[in-house]
Amino acid sequence: MQDIESAAPLPGDRSRQARALSGLLLVLLGFAALLSLGTGASGVSLGNAVKSLVSAQELSPRDRIVLFDIRLPRMVMGMLVGAALAVSGAVLQGLFRNPLADPGLVGVSAGAGLGAITAIVLGGFLPASAAALFGYYLVPVAAFFGGWATTLILYRVSTRRGRTSVATMLLAGIALGALAGAVQGILVYMADDAQLRTLTFWGMGSVAGATWSKVLAAAPLICLALATAPFLARGLNALALGEAAAAHIGIPVQRLKNTAILMVAGAVGAAVAVSGGIGFVGIVVPHLLRLVVGPDHRFLLLNSALLGAALLLCADVISRTIIAPAELPIGIVTAVLGGPFFLWILLRQRGLLDM
Amino acid sequence: MLDAKEITVDYGRTRILHAVDFTARPGRVVAIVGPNGSGKTTLMRALTGEADYGGQVRLNGHDIVAAKPWDLAAIRGVLPQATPLAFPFTVVEVVRLGLSRGVAAADIGLIGQALARVGLSGFEGRFCQELSGGEQQRVQLARVLAQVWQPVENGMPRWLFLDEPVSALDIGHQLQVMQIARDYADAGGGVVAVMHDLNLTAIFADEVALISQGHLLGQAAPADILRDDLLSRAYDCAVRVNTAPASGTFILPHAARMAAQ
Repeated sequence: MQDIESAAPLPGDRSRQARALSGLLLVLLGFAALLSLGTGASGVSLGNAVKSLVSAQELSPRDRIVLFDIRLPRMVMGMLVGAALAVSGAVLQGLFRNPLADPGLVGVSAGAGLGAITAIVLGGFLPASAAALFGYYLVPVAAFFGGWATTLILYRVSTRRGRTSVATMLLAGIALGALAGAVQGILVYMADDAQLRTLTFWGMGSVAGATWSKVLAAAPLICLALATAPFLARGLNALALGEAAAAHIGIPVQRLKNTAILMVAGAVGAAVAVSGGIGFVGIVVPHLLRLVVGPDHRFLLLNSALLGAALLLCADVISRTIIAPAELPIGIVTAVLGGPFFLWILLRQRGLLDM
Repeated sequence: MLDAKEITVDYGRTRILHAVDFTARPGRVVAIVGPNGSGKTTLMRALTGEADYGGQVRLNGHDIVAAKPWDLAAIRGVLPQATPLAFPFTVVEVVRLGLSRGVAAADIGLIGQALARVGLSGFEGRFCQELSGGEQQRVQLARVLAQVWQPVENGMPRWLFLDEPVSALDIGHQLQVMQIARDYADAGGGVVAVMHDLNLTAIFADEVALISQGHLLGQAAPADILRDDLLSRAYDCAVRVNTAPASGTFILPHAARMAAQ
């Protein structure tokens, strides 16, 4: 593949622009990361933050705690969650052959949330040894299974003979989301006071409570899922021609679908487990990128990860500055920004819903 | 060599194909013809492994059910009747999908060559979804050609499976596309095409398989299949086969029902 790109580009080949955009997005992500480190209720500034990168000695012990134990894990978690959600959105859209698929919209996040809540509430009933065995991973792993089951059901319901009905997909997403919500309600009813407090913070959709242990709980699943994504790129491109045509150009379609569903479940599960429901990142990011450099997944997935991470860091900065010293849950920020954007996509693609 | 034995296909409880035998040799254009709903596209879907079937299909010695998709993709390209495209790819990006992983830098020229072959030079940067139906069909053909550009590779023939390749095209492009199939076979490749147009079949096919109501009525040279009696029976209308001095055989349907005669 690399050899092809190095030859003179043909008109209509957008791979060079897509590569250049990756560089640009990397710079953007760097700025967003610095901004995220330098912003917050405490007085540690961006300048101090930059200096601290050069030598940690210049910071007071208090500032060091703010920076390394509060803001840095929060920044890392924001990046992981943003990348996970955006790449999951891009993969789901490729799998469903439709730009309207989003983990939040089609119920995958709700299913993952159900898994997470089940783990939080029923985890108390586990024998102490089992709980210790899973430790911090219990909630992400449970969320992974919740997201996996939901994605699987969604795909089975909305796809017949390799064709996905958009209307069925969205309606099935509503049904699955409502079902997951109802079971979540039952579990909340069963929860004790301490668990209720955990659930309330979790449900706000936030990276505010980030700690290194939370980051470590989510990172393995998200990193594994993100590392899988590049291997899906060529198959997802082929899938744009339909399942049959993809098979005819040599793609093992069933394996591709299974891997994609597992990948999405892992990324969304881990992201939802540590940050609750953060919506619209998965639909906004890939859509913007497709407009700029086209739908080729070999670049779309990487660029989605970069832009998703940067976007979530920016949204997080907004969430902690707009009503400072208080904080707005980040889910509200992404919904306020993403909701109108989603409406705009619907207006542009009204024809798709008639399918 | 394409060798299909006793192909049976059921959709639900309905039997679409009844133990059809079908063979095709490289170097020949084999057309599958028959009325609507006769099962010719279903036969094509079985031959390409797209439909579940009873019986056995072997292509160059591979059992197509057991073979890996990438091994099959290396020896045969399939052009479906219609290819709905999910995202706004450009023409070049679609044709490139036909190129496999290990394609060398020199082969990038293939994209341009394939587009030139189907008469779409200059369309490289256009968005596929903005093209006409016939142009889109030819972009897909270019993609399939790019996939199996050389009709013979390492001494083994490669194959084109074309499902109604000219259905969306004007007469000029119909002839152009059929000529591509003809040339592919003449260069040693194999071509299997589902055809609606009996006149084009008469001009370009070396062999014709006539399907009716899920049964194979016969597979032989055009002169032995494109006959008044066989066609009239298969298509349930009065048909007369004639010859024109310059262009050879032509088929003239002239009455709607057999009973009208």
